[in-house]
Amino acid sequence: MSLSRQHEMHKRRFSRNLGLGLVLAAFVALVFGLTVAKVSNEDFVLPTGEETG
Amino acid sequence: MSDASLNSTETQTYEAGFGDYFALLKPRVMTLVVFTALVGMIAAPVSVHPIVGFAAILFIAVGGGASGALNMWWDADIDAVMKRTSKRPIPSGRVTADEAFAFGMTLAAFSVVMLALATNFLAAGLLAFTIFFYIVIYTMWLKRWTPQNIVIGGAAGAFPPMIGWAAATGSISVESILMFALIFMWTPPHFWALALFTKMDYDNAQVPMLTVTHGRRATRVHILVYTVLLAVLAVGLGFTSVGGPFYLAMAVFLNLRFLKGAVDIWRRDEDMAEADRFLAERKFFKASLIYLFAHFGAIAVEAMLASFGWGGW
Repeated sequence: MSLSRQHEMHKRRFSRNLGLGLVLAAFVALVFGLTVAKVSNEDFVLPTGEETG
Repeated sequence: MSDASLNSTETQTYEAGFGDYFALLKPRVMTLVVFTALVGMIAAPVSVHPIVGFAAILFIAVGGGASGALNMWWDADIDAVMKRTSKRPIPSGRVTADEAFAFGMTLAAFSVVMLALATNFLAAGLLAFTIFFYIVIYTMWLKRWTPQNIVIGGAAGAFPPMIGWAAATGSISVESILMFALIFMWTPPHFWALALFTKMDYDNAQVPMLTVTHGRRATRVHILVYTVLLAVLAVGLGFTSVGGPFYLAMAVFLNLRFLKGAVDIWRRDEDMAEADRFLAERKFFKASLIYLFAHFGAIAVEAMLASFGWGGW
């Protein structure tokens, strides 16, 4: 069997890698969205160290 | 595995795909978790930023999924002998038990930490306790030890609306406890009906279900008693701040129907059940799924009507 030949295992591995990649991308977008939501909240205050520093 | 190893297909081990890992999260159970947690959050008397709300529900769902993966890790031996569960990723050889354990533990820790960051420590603490309760108290301890396994273990599945409520309000209230109690009381009749018509499964796996330890007659009586208690609780929830005329009308209708199903099961003996292949038990099991979704759906409708000034008392 040639190494370049597409094996069924490669499909499963690709599906796993693609799925994980998409999940990670979605997670990054979610954390960004959460950050925007938190800092635009009226109750949001910077920690005191940040203000004075 | 290296590509070179493809030449020796006989020694090749299965490499799991994305769907195999997703199946470890028990997606069908997750829909119940997502839905009830969402209703708990919608019914709360506090508005939540949509992104924060979405993140909270997502992390609660991931926590629920982690519990599913850890449950499959511990129960792989039982799952292998039960027809209903034999095609799950571990007994079918698609994922190893160690992989499932690592996957479950990682997601459990991730979901709790992220829920704490997105909402508050109470919601995260309740999620952590739910995972602990489902895995250690129910799966590892009670499930193989007592016929009351379903009764006490049902508490784990009952926490999501309480977590959703806590994520929004940062507190616990009578309403969130009653939503918890609704699922808690619903779980035993739901699973005992299932145990009545999948009878050989639990016998083969030597899980001490009520049908195995106390007999099928006692199980039928238990279903009726729990359904009566459930009806009182479900209708009672209608008089709290999350209820209203719409919920109350739905609850009365659904509980009368559910009670009739429980009485039908109680009045039957095994010969009658065998004769029609457990038709009443199967109908009751299906109705129980609609029952829970309809109750929480009605709570959500009341909350939405309230936002227009119509719902509630």
